Amino acid sequence: MTAMTDAVAAETVLDIQDLRVTFQTNDGPVAAVRGVDISVSKGETVAIVGESGSGKSQTMMAAMGLLSDNGRAEGRVLYRGEDILGLPLKRLNKVRGARITMIFQEPMTSLDPLYTIERQLCEPMIEHGGLGRKAAAARALDLLKLVGIPAPEDKIKAYPYELSGGQRQRVMIAMALANDPDVLIADEPTTALDVTTQAQILDLLADLQKRIGIAVVFITHDLGIVRRIADRVVVMKDGEVVETGQTAKIFDRPAHPYTRMLLDAEPEGEKPPVGEDKPIVIDGQKVGVSFAIPRGFMKPPALFHAVEDVSLVVREGQTLGIVGESGSGKSTLGRALLQLLPHSGRVHFDGKDISNAGKQVMRPLRRQMQLVFQDPFGSLSPRMTVGQVVTEGLLVHEPGLSAGERDRRACQVLEEVSLDPAMRNRYPHEFSGGQRQRIAIARTMVLKPRLVVLDEPTSALDRTVQKQIVELLRGLQAEHRLTYVFISHDLAVVRALADTVVVMKTGKVVEAGPTAAIFEAPRDPYTRDLIAAAALEPMHGRVVDA
Amino acid sequence: MLGYVLRRLFTAIPTLFFIVTGAFFLIRVAPGGPFNLERPLEAKVMENLNKIYHLDKPLWEQYLYYLGNLMRGDFGPSFVYRDFSVSELFASGLPVSVQIGASALVLALVFGTLLGVAAALRQNQPADYGVVGLATLGITIPTFVIAPLLSLVFGVWLGWLPAGGWGDGAFANKVLPVVTLALPQIAVVTRLTRGAMIEAMRSHHIRTARAYGLKPWTVVVVHALRSAILPVVSYSGPAAAALLTGSVVVETIFGIPGIGRYFVQAALNRDYTLVMGTVIVIAIFIIIFNLVVDLLYALIDPRVRLG
Amino acid sequence: MATMDTTAAAPVRGRSLWDDALIRLKRNRAAIVSLGFLVAMALACIIGPLLTGHGYDQVYRSYVKVGPSLTPYPRAETVAPAARRALRRARVEVGEDIVIGDGIVRIPVSSEGELDQRVVRYIDRGDIFSGGRLENLSADGRSAVIVADIAQLTFLFGTDATGRDLLTRTLIAGRISMTIGLLATVVAIVIGVTYGSLSGYLGGRADLLMMRIVDVLYSLPFIFFVILLVVFFGRNFVLMFIAVGAVEWLDMARIVRGQTLTLKRQEFVQAAEALGVENIGILRRHIIPNLTGPVVIYMTLLVPKVILLESFLSFLGLGVQEPMTSWGVLIAEGARDIEGNPTMLLFPALFLTSTLFALNFIGDGLRDALDPKDR
Repeated sequence: MTAMTDAVAAETVLDIQDLRVTFQTNDGPVAAVRGVDISVSKGETVAIVGESGSGKSQTMMAAMGLLSDNGRAEGRVLYRGEDILGLPLKRLNKVRGARITMIFQEPMTSLDPLYTIERQLCEPMIEHGGLGRKAAAARALDLLKLVGIPAPEDKIKAYPYELSGGQRQRVMIAMALANDPDVLIADEPTTALDVTTQAQILDLLADLQKRIGIAVVFITHDLGIVRRIADRVVVMKDGEVVETGQTAKIFDRPAHPYTRMLLDAEPEGEKPPVGEDKPIVIDGQKVGVSFAIPRGFMKPPALFHAVEDVSLVVREGQTLGIVGESGSGKSTLGRALLQLLPHSGRVHFDGKDISNAGKQVMRPLRRQMQLVFQDPFGSLSPRMTVGQVVTEGLLVHEPGLSAGERDRRACQVLEEVSLDPAMRNRYPHEFSGGQRQRIAIARTMVLKPRLVVLDEPTSALDRTVQKQIVELLRGLQAEHRLTYVFISHDLAVVRALADTVVVMKTGKVVEAGPTAAIFEAPRDPYTRDLIAAAALEPMHGRVVDA
Repeated sequence: MLGYVLRRLFTAIPTLFFIVTGAFFLIRVAPGGPFNLERPLEAKVMENLNKIYHLDKPLWEQYLYYLGNLMRGDFGPSFVYRDFSVSELFASGLPVSVQIGASALVLALVFGTLLGVAAALRQNQPADYGVVGLATLGITIPTFVIAPLLSLVFGVWLGWLPAGGWGDGAFANKVLPVVTLALPQIAVVTRLTRGAMIEAMRSHHIRTARAYGLKPWTVVVVHALRSAILPVVSYSGPAAAALLTGSVVVETIFGIPGIGRYFVQAALNRDYTLVMGTVIVIAIFIIIFNLVVDLLYALIDPRVRLG
Repeated sequence: MATMDTTAAAPVRGRSLWDDALIRLKRNRAAIVSLGFLVAMALACIIGPLLTGHGYDQVYRSYVKVGPSLTPYPRAETVAPAARRALRRARVEVGEDIVIGDGIVRIPVSSEGELDQRVVRYIDRGDIFSGGRLENLSADGRSAVIVADIAQLTFLFGTDATGRDLLTRTLIAGRISMTIGLLATVVAIVIGVTYGSLSGYLGGRADLLMMRIVDVLYSLPFIFFVILLVVFFGRNFVLMFIAVGAVEWLDMARIVRGQTLTLKRQEFVQAAEALGVENIGILRRHIIPNLTGPVVIYMTLLVPKVILLESFLSFLGLGVQEPMTSWGVLIAEGARDIEGNPTMLLFPALFLTSTLFALNFIGDGLRDALDPKDR
């Protein structure tokens, strides 16, 4: 994006001064935003960057008067010189939705499920633009065309549930543009979307901004996006602005250590290769999984092929990356390999055919093949202490162990994942996301497995935490010669961890091969799209010491 | 739509059959009979009566006979109100019960929704606590306490309204029964609406509506209330069926000639045909209102598909 | 790494979800006050009848439908007429100056013939006097003073239509109502949890069939079947709560089934499966501990529902049998004579309502404490 000229920069449209947000909670008041100053000029794109809990979203919510009931905002929010903070609702509503509009992180739920797209698009136009129903409907159609929704004439009559996530986010953008606003606040608008959709939405926003020339405030945790679209960057941490400046300057010469840490957070390095002489740990031949979808009474269920004819081989100490967008069948494949789902084709583990083996056969093998989940909040039983969670596997596979011995093993494994063993009597909800993921990893490590299937283990975590988990996984693999099947949509992480990569789309493999080959010379157009959308930094060519 | 309704009504037939059969045999295995009065009848009279009402035949024959009559829409004669057939009793009683019940339902829906929304918009403020407290009280106090109390206060002490009686459907006679029936329903609807409204007001699409500067009325009524009303709709189906078929308590205490009184009286007197008739009428109301609820649901929520 | 001796590390005590819930519950003043009230009510109903000095089935013919009062009966002005009434058939002349004092009445009597000692029996017959004896017998034996103790009886809530102490009866009724409430809830919970968890756990066709049955039962006028049941098979204490419990289990079954299905899909259950944990272990360590919350909440909300249902049946005359009583029965009796003696309705109604009110607040408080998303 081009640098701003001084003449334009002079015209500030939105100026947030010393904004403070406090929430009244059961544990007393909590300061979420502590004195933030952000100004946005006409036609400028400002990115607010920070990890979860940095207060970046609450800053803008407070500015727009959208805090939840227990929140209170102080300070000044000037829109063209008028303080809109604490304005009576009637006056405030002249600004929001008309002059300043928003799009949100959750495209699936941000539209009212009970009304048609047309009705919802028209509402703000009728409210603020004084348009009649007919005129508004006509403009709504134009807007849908503008944001590139396929078959807009049909979609305008549709209900939100009939649209995909990307389409809904496009509708939200259309709604945001409807009244020709001065400022568009985009709160993580692409986070919930697949990478390819994400890229399309970003392109659309950038394109529209160039054409219409509105100011954009872009809230995100993703520095790749920032570099792509922002003129200026505001870095937030713990409710405060730690650094602000032109994008190029922030990326080239970050002043604050936190900014440097954020920039440094993209997983680095690559996997040292493993010799071809190592034994094969898991070998899947033409693995397929299909689900029956009931089609109503008396009709035979429809078959949905989630995974079709996937073949793969992983040797001891290797990491296989399975890459794909949501719905590509990558998680299903991982579970089928572990015999947690019935499948077609053959799966061999350590040379033994375990295809659709029964529970009795699998039980002794379970200790050697483990699974780590994406959601560190859902994968730990909320009513068990960390010690109980971690040692549950021992109850099954080493039933003779005394309670004291189990406790000792729990301490040991918690140390191994860099958690304080003194915390073993605490409950999962008392830990942060990153710590929980460490607990989940500890649960598998206590059994000293050979194969671990990692299902998006880093996707729910902030970048800096992600990096630590990647380092942990690397260390464990090197120490215990573990074999990983690493499922992820995050190409940066996969590139840093995997020996070989399988790219999946709608249940089929579109491309497979060594990591370097896939990333440097992708053959399939879909792989190319994925890589382009991920906007990876160039490889450093540095190999992590084994 | 019409096909769906017909299909639903068609599938209700086995349910009804099940109910009729269950109720029929349940009553018959019970000890006692309609003519076992405190002063026993002469054997000859008893025999005659049994003959007239086909009670001398084997049970299965009576059952088939009853089913056959039912097919023709004939509920049979009442055993206790000997001058009337069950159908005649319903013809005079049902309109009264429906009238009272429907008024109470409308009252409950209107006031319950209003109070619920008002409380939700002032969550955790004194007004909210007040409404929640009153609603809890409304759920807590049984009708059989409210009815005599209202009758005592407004009928006897203040003398504003008749303490009881039907008065051929005079407005003043209907006020207390309708209010008595409506109060607990208002409480339930208030609580349901409040809970659903609080949740709806926190949903993302409401945040969108507010962020786009829509009028409070549009945000609250057009967007939030439409989804918040769904649990109320679900509740009002069975509630409507119960209200419209009359309340034993209210009809007994206020002396209203509806059909609500019949069930307990008939059961106590072993008035076989009247018990059966009441069970069937209530079941039909439940089936119809469940269907109405599903139709309303589909009307409000486009994601719901009938079929 | 991880070779050092770690067993020495003293574990930090964690705060379980139950601890959290308890903290939240303690902050809920309405729930805590209600809890205190309920405990007091339960104690009163259990111990109270022993302290009132009246049997719940003790009939005082002299005190039918007397109003509530803090001062004991009989009133001073009613003693003399009562004494005269009592002695009316004793064929004695009752003198003018009946003296009352120190809980003792002195009645001068005279007779044509010799006074029979048995005359004191007349005075002892009612509920007012006791320990009657003849004193100051004149030489000819024709006049004397009957001395009798005046039984001081306090009816804080008054008496009912047959002259039984309403306070005692209300407390006894509370015992019955609360016991039925608890037992019926237990019946409903046992059936509901078993049925619901089985349905949810089995899944597939079995689940479909079992839930279909619940749906059908829902569409039946079930409460009327309870009435039928009670009418036909007698008014029996045990049958009462079994019948009520058998109606109320449907909701519980649905809730538990839904929870079980959700839990089965939870990643921590999948994680346990991936660890090779057997079904019984999953059920014991993962499903059941996570089910207790909703079950406890539902249980507290079910108790008032059941008490209400029991009172309703009692009100219709289908409840427990005389001389046993329950709040519903008392309210029915009170409602019958509301114009003459409203307190007969008011006291039991107040007890029932306040108990239900407290139970509801506790239930709401528990729900908020255990499921903080709600608030």
